[in-house]
Amino acid sequence: MLTLIKDTLTSQVVTLWRVFSHLWVKADTVEYPDEQPYMFPRWRGRIILSRDPDGEERCVACNLCAVACPVDCIALQKTEDEEGRWYPEFFRINFSRCIMCGFCEEACPTNAIQLTPDFEMAEYKRQDMVWEKEDLLIDGTGKYHDYNFYRVAGKKIGGKDKGEALNEAVPVNVRSLLP
Amino acid sequence: MAKIVIDGVEHEVNPDNNLLQECLSLGLDLPYFCWHPSMGSVGACRQCAVMQYRDADDKEGMLVMACMTPATDGAIISLEAEGAKSFRSDVIESLMISHPHDCPVCEEGGECHLQDMTQMSGHNYRRYDKKKRTHHNQYLGPFINHEMNRCITCYRCVRYYGDYAGGTDLSAQASHHHVYFGRHEEGVLESEFSGNLVEVCPTGVFTDKGFSENYSRKWDLQTAPSVCVGCSVGCNTTPGERYGSLRRIVNRYNSEVNGYFLCDRGRFGFDFVNNPDRLLEPVQRVDNTGELLADDQIKALIKEFKADGTIGIGSPRASNESNFALRAMVGEENFYAGYSDVEHDSMQVILELASDVAFHSPSVREIEAADAVLILGEDVTNVAPRIALALRQSVRNKAKDLAEDSRIPQWQDAAVRELAQHERSPLSILSPAVSRLDDVASDRIIESLSVVVSMGHQIANRISASAPSAAASTEHSEVIEKIAMQLKSAKRPLIIAGNSNGSDVIKAAANIARALRDGSDGPAIDLCLLVPEVNSVGMGLMASAENPLGAALEKLQSGEAKRVIVLENDLYRRAAKAAVDAALTKATKVLVLDQLPTATTANADVILPATAFSEHEATYINYEGRAQLSFQVHQCQKQAQPSWRWICDAEHVDDLVERCCNEAPGFARLREVLPGENPFVAGMKVPRQSHRYSGRTAMLANVNVHEPKQMEDKDSIMSFSMEGIPAQKDASVLASSWAPKWNSNQSISKFQDEVNGELKQGHVGCLLIERKNSSGSYFEAATELKEPSAKQLRVVFSYQIFGSDELSARSKPIQARMTDAYIGLSPQDARKRGLSHGDVATISPLGSPVVVCIRTGIKVGTAMLHCGDGNISPADFSGLIEVEKSATQTTSRGIGNLIVSDFHEEEINS
Ligand code: SF4
Ligand code: SF4
Ligand code: SF4
Ligand code: SF4
Ligand code: FES
Repeated sequence: MLTLIKDTLTSQVVTLWRVFSHLWVKADTVEYPDEQPYMFPRWRGRIILSRDPDGEERCVACNLCAVACPVDCIALQKTEDEEGRWYPEFFRINFSRCIMCGFCEEACPTNAIQLTPDFEMAEYKRQDMVWEKEDLLIDGTGKYHDYNFYRVAGKKIGGKDKGEALNEAVPVNVRSLLP
Repeated sequence: MAKIVIDGVEHEVNPDNNLLQECLSLGLDLPYFCWHPSMGSVGACRQCAVMQYRDADDKEGMLVMACMTPATDGAIISLEAEGAKSFRSDVIESLMISHPHDCPVCEEGGECHLQDMTQMSGHNYRRYDKKKRTHHNQYLGPFINHEMNRCITCYRCVRYYGDYAGGTDLSAQASHHHVYFGRHEEGVLESEFSGNLVEVCPTGVFTDKGFSENYSRKWDLQTAPSVCVGCSVGCNTTPGERYGSLRRIVNRYNSEVNGYFLCDRGRFGFDFVNNPDRLLEPVQRVDNTGELLADDQIKALIKEFKADGTIGIGSPRASNESNFALRAMVGEENFYAGYSDVEHDSMQVILELASDVAFHSPSVREIEAADAVLILGEDVTNVAPRIALALRQSVRNKAKDLAEDSRIPQWQDAAVRELAQHERSPLSILSPAVSRLDDVASDRIIESLSVVVSMGHQIANRISASAPSAAASTEHSEVIEKIAMQLKSAKRPLIIAGNSNGSDVIKAAANIARALRDGSDGPAIDLCLLVPEVNSVGMGLMASAENPLGAALEKLQSGEAKRVIVLENDLYRRAAKAAVDAALTKATKVLVLDQLPTATTANADVILPATAFSEHEATYINYEGRAQLSFQVHQCQKQAQPSWRWICDAEHVDDLVERCCNEAPGFARLREVLPGENPFVAGMKVPRQSHRYSGRTAMLANVNVHEPKQMEDKDSIMSFSMEGIPAQKDASVLASSWAPKWNSNQSISKFQDEVNGELKQGHVGCLLIERKNSSGSYFEAATELKEPSAKQLRVVFSYQIFGSDELSARSKPIQARMTDAYIGLSPQDARKRGLSHGDVATISPLGSPVVVCIRTGIKVGTAMLHCGDGNISPADFSGLIEVEKSATQTTSRGIGNLIVSDFHEEEINS
């Protein structure tokens, strides 16, 4: 019994001491918005669509981000240019549903969709939380600078014929009997 | 039954099959590529390796290809043995050495058998860092995309296209790792069944072009079990919708009907649903402009039409429910058939034969089992395409017999073909022109239709002397004798005819079948009578024999009937223009229900928009009398409704089906096609959307960020949602075939009770027409027709797979393959009239323009008339026509898209 009372008192004194000791420690919080906090580059905030190093849209409309999204807040439609390059006809994110989980970025095979450190996305009207491709697409490569999916893929697009992708041999001549 | 041990567990298997097939039937996951459930094994891909042990003491075992090893009694095998597993993963690794980094931009992605098998075999990192071999692609026409880099050389495509479907323009080229699958030069794939390549190829080499242009992943498509409305076969399909438009159709397995394959009309002919011309609002004509109708106006109108003096014209392309609702509204005596009078007459003959105990109407699967076939006067490939594909399999029954004699298992595809060489079961074709099945025909006679009919009667008479004989010509007596003997000695003979050209051919065909049974009580003889449209038989049962279309038009013209309701029908395709014009002008009010504008809607006073096949639940009856249920896939976004809903107050399809069973004679069993309540757990519905369906909270967010309530479906056991009972629990309502680890259509084996068996708890449809106990008697042999004069030609009507069907002809991919109305002439007849191939000619009596198509395989004196997409009505012609060169020589489509083997293109006049 006596030990129980002793332990309880010690524990309370220790707790109080810990609390008060923080009076002299430097604060982790900042005076937002007067002062901007430091955001880590891999913070999962506002989503963007990036461009490849050649300045073309990276997204190939593969739909993998949309299917990975646990709240189903991404919708898009594939279309194609005259030379066979796939890209989204529209690409929509309903940020009022997005939980910033980053699954879309993880699913994306082209590094197109990326989460950024920007978290200031509040709106007065919920409808304004619906972003289309025009709002999402940035001019740069985002976090990943070098990757260009179409340089690796085998599909022919404008400016890249069969056999011209990374690690590809020239196309076979089917009439040849040579080994 | 044999007992085999797989990984220590004993299983009962069928010793006539191979190990792979039996493993799949048992529900085990064993990777494979080249084996196909309906094409058997060739052992080309080496992916299905398993370890086989000599006996219980054998610990070592040896690798065998499961697809090439019979499931013999006592076999001990292992799928899990380390040696087998590592072999399979090495095989897939080597198949993937040159595989492009394409999945994100590959139409196959997400339903790719190669993706599935790669996962299953455990290969996930490309170690090979040398260069990938690449290929150029080919243009293959408006249906199919080609991306050769993705090939794994399983040879399924050429085996399907050449061996199975009889196509001649797809081949394996080059050698070693350069092997290429394509045409000898770029161009349209000729086979009418090319679309199946999309599903047969386990990779993304051959993909659906129209789908790619309007692409969506498989998991994003809203799907439901549906029935093709392209022709009277009624193949089962799975249409898929996304963002309000219909995106594609894939095959849905039905063991009795289409099995694993569709024709190209069925696969690519759905796009009319998305046609921008669709009728989507109820309108009434006021001074030549359309005026939108409000609900109460429509109510008043329907009330007006319910009064006396209204007649209804049904439709062979509308559902049983809509036809029945119209019949119930106007009364049976005022309900008229919606096809031509010639077709009406032959339908009466067909229905009479359908209830005769002497005959059996074979399903597509049964057609494949026929070992002697006679086709009388019908171009099966263009009228009921899927049946032509089945006939190509029927001629292989000889090969199967030979294999059995040599004790070669049936699934040893290459061996059976090698053994048989060109030996085929007999298939004879008697018709006025060569057809696309001629390459497998044992005998083919090109004669005018009347000679074909009389030859038919002679064959019947040769088989049984009790059959009436026709005036014998000595010319073909040998062939007649031969065909008669072939049919007589066959185990399962099959006679095919159709109603493209009246009922004489049908009667001759029936006489042959009756002669084969010859009054005995033996098994009924297979008699397959083809009709052109999806519900020709259903409407035929519904409309009284006394009520042909001609009578309806007369009644309107005479003023006896004042108002007419036309159900989903363009009367100008069914009756002579003058008669329709007269009837419609005389009628005080014409109400047309339809999906797309037609010449008839142009003359309507009121148009009520009807939903397309994918937008409503409906039942149809195919050529055999098989009733099938087609579910609604998606909602029509605008005001179109199922036709029956405009004109009757039934709440649900089920109510109408119930009424139809009770009130329409012949429909008593229709309710059997409705899904029962039993399989449904806790009142859950079957979801139309996959569990991976994406974009739910974003699809409509541009319109309104507040998501609307999930659309409810009060009509059906299916829901417009992802939630509900998963397909694996109830295979009879298979919204889309998917199973864990099996994302591609190959997952179908998970739903069959065994490979190639019925779907678990499945519904193959229900045969409506009951056979009487007694059998009828022979038809009189037809009398000779009037001889044409020197200037005249006898006209026969020719269907085209692309163009003759009214609805699919409004689909973009099909339009890219259509032709103008044309007239097929023999070189002699063309020369006489100074016509060359491709000229424009006019034909009597209306002077309609047609393109001249000169073919060496047409009987002299016969003109094959293809009416184009409703440009000409067959009803305007009665037997004999005159053809003259036209003054104007402009065509819109020409006949460049026609694929026949007997063009005669050299200059005729020189
Ligand atoms: S996963 Fe990437 S490439 Fe694919 S649709 Fe999404 S953003 Fe585009
Ligand atoms: S064929 Fe299959 S594995 Fe190959 S790129 Fe296409 S989806 Fe990927
Ligand atoms: S094209 Fe497709 S079906 Fe043909 S061999 Fe290649 S992978 Fe097999
Ligand atoms: S055969 Fe007829 S029912 Fe079958 S897919 Fe072709 S058009 Fe459709
Ligand atoms: S499936 Fe057995 S070798 Fe290809």
